[in-house]
Amino acid sequence: MTDSNAPKPSRRHRILVAKPGLDGHDRGAKVVVRALTEAGYEVIYTGLHQDPEAVVEAALQEDVEAVGLSILSGAHMTLFPVVMEGLKREGLGDVLVFGGGIIPPQDEQELKNLGVGAIFGPGTSTQQIVEFLDRHFAAKEARGA
Amino acid sequence: MSSFEAGRSAYDAAIKATPERKDGMFTTLSGAPVQPLYTRADVAKLDHEHDLGLPGEFPYTRGIHATMYRGRLWTMRQFAGFGTATETNERFKYLLEHGQTGLSVAFDFPTLMGYDSDHARSRGEVGRCGVAIDSVDDMAALFAGIPMDQVSTSMTINGPAAMLFAFYIAAAERQGVSGDNLRGTIQNDILKEYHAQNSWLVGPEPSMRVITDIFKYGRDHVPQWNTVSISGYHIREAGSTAGQELAFTLADGLCYIDEGVKAGLELDDFAPRLSFFFDVHIDFFEEIAKFRAARRIWARELKKRGARNPRSMLLRTHAQTAGVSLTAQQPENNIVRTAIEALAAVLGGTQSLHTNSYDEALALPTEKAVQIALRTQQVIAYETGVPHVIDPLGGSYFVEALTDRLEAECYEYFRKIEELGGMFPAIDGGFFRREIARSSFQQQKEVESGKRKIVGVNCFESAEAAEPTLLYVDPKLEEEQKKRVQRTRAERDALKVEAALRKLEAACRSDDQNVMAALVDCARVRVTQGEMCGVCRQVWGEYRKLAAV
Repeated sequence: MTDSNAPKPSRRHRILVAKPGLDGHDRGAKVVVRALTEAGYEVIYTGLHQDPEAVVEAALQEDVEAVGLSILSGAHMTLFPVVMEGLKREGLGDVLVFGGGIIPPQDEQELKNLGVGAIFGPGTSTQQIVEFLDRHFAAKEARGA
Repeated sequence: MSSFEAGRSAYDAAIKATPERKDGMFTTLSGAPVQPLYTRADVAKLDHEHDLGLPGEFPYTRGIHATMYRGRLWTMRQFAGFGTATETNERFKYLLEHGQTGLSVAFDFPTLMGYDSDHARSRGEVGRCGVAIDSVDDMAALFAGIPMDQVSTSMTINGPAAMLFAFYIAAAERQGVSGDNLRGTIQNDILKEYHAQNSWLVGPEPSMRVITDIFKYGRDHVPQWNTVSISGYHIREAGSTAGQELAFTLADGLCYIDEGVKAGLELDDFAPRLSFFFDVHIDFFEEIAKFRAARRIWARELKKRGARNPRSMLLRTHAQTAGVSLTAQQPENNIVRTAIEALAAVLGGTQSLHTNSYDEALALPTEKAVQIALRTQQVIAYETGVPHVIDPLGGSYFVEALTDRLEAECYEYFRKIEELGGMFPAIDGGFFRREIARSSFQQQKEVESGKRKIVGVNCFESAEAAEPTLLYVDPKLEEEQKKRVQRTRAERDALKVEAALRKLEAACRSDDQNVMAALVDCARVRVTQGEMCGVCRQVWGEYRKLAAV
């Protein structure tokens, strides 16, 4: 399930974890915040009940390289695209977006087509998320970005 | 040393010398160590008369009724709601046709958070994880063809509980049913929103004021209604242990009691209308013990506070199997998990029960999945023989020892809350949220390290992905619902609406006018819930303090 030989980034990267929409289920988001922090990332948590526009604004203000969106309310097909478009509009098209929650497989594919990097469903270990981000940032560093 | 004690010492030595299974984690799900064997030595301090009593007798450890399920089975109450009132009305009728005995409404997030369906913040959320109810018109549609004096209805609503209760009362009036004949429950447990569930409207103090107004209104106009369902469910689902669930829930309950008395109510006038709602997780015996401990603590604490009516001391409870125990991997296994949890709830002596559907880690449940969940309860009720005997595990060395341990843990938490200055300072300081987050992270680590086994997730995995048929909520329903609320606003008498909203604002600003009564008047003239909640936000301000804790 996990790969201990996954490449590690050498810098400390900044990640925004956000709860867009009205959904109050924050158990997963908080676990991810803590696990990413323990894995060496600098993590900013928006807190609950954020308008998607506010998530984009926070990504811009905090100068993050990745945004993790957690949605368990079923509103993902509306809220993810608003965040994706907002990031592009603000010139943040290279910010990695990943997500988690209760997201059915057909929706997952559509979100990936929109440019979402990965969707982590129920039962995902935090180690899988850490490795996904490590690989992304190690590759980004190797490209000199 | 008696021969029993000598035998026990020899046994303990023998078992210490024998290696135990390496893959075993010999603790409860909550992390409490579990001995290989329990004997009468473990319950030596238990006073059967004082600590257990008989069913239907103080301190009600063995059950709140003398006859329990011999007299009447628990209420089978499946939580349901999606789309508009029309879709959910059909699901309700389906459940009633299949032998369900009570209704339970799941609302969508805009309804839970006090926004109308056409508000900007509602986009994408309308009808998604519950039914959208914007006004009395929607509530009337939800109960079309269901006589409201014949069913008992539970509504999971907290921040805007008073508004939805008002819609229910006004919709019943349209059916010619008066408040005297309404039976049901509003969750209305704002305290656990701050601990775990996160759908509050305004801050704790104004919320408590509205809740005590509901107590008064219910006492005078809807006497059979349960005005708060004090809920541990969400605390547990957010990651707490069984002991934290028990302690925080009972502490919340006692806070409602104390606030009601402070607001001038006679304890015995409102305490009998408070009910409870607990999670029932996968650690079978720990869960059974939790229900038994809860009843005993509540009865004793209420007696201490001067309750004279025995009904004030009864901890009546609903239970729901643990959503967090469901896995997206090999989802059919969830049928088994739910059956075991449901059995624990019955052995724990619950008054009503919701069994989760096996597909709920993936989406809202399909009709087929809901039917299996309901049938699970019916199999327990009618085939297993379990309900024949009251509290059949009473006197079990292990279950009694667990009951005592949970009780002690609960009092330890009561002491900590007291040290922090009581409920409100503890909320403000983020105490409950931090405690729950700590336990949740601990459990996550146990699962990820493989110490805590979850079949299909970190052991016995299978390669093929599950592809069950999932419920699809048509996004077009959002547009439909927006039109419904706009139609209500266009059709109603604008002058009456304005007058009712002005009266609501005056009640909110006053110390002595009942906010609940003003909300019922608003509901009658078709004020929307977003408008009512708007007044509350304007008067009392939004509460953002805990959002990032």
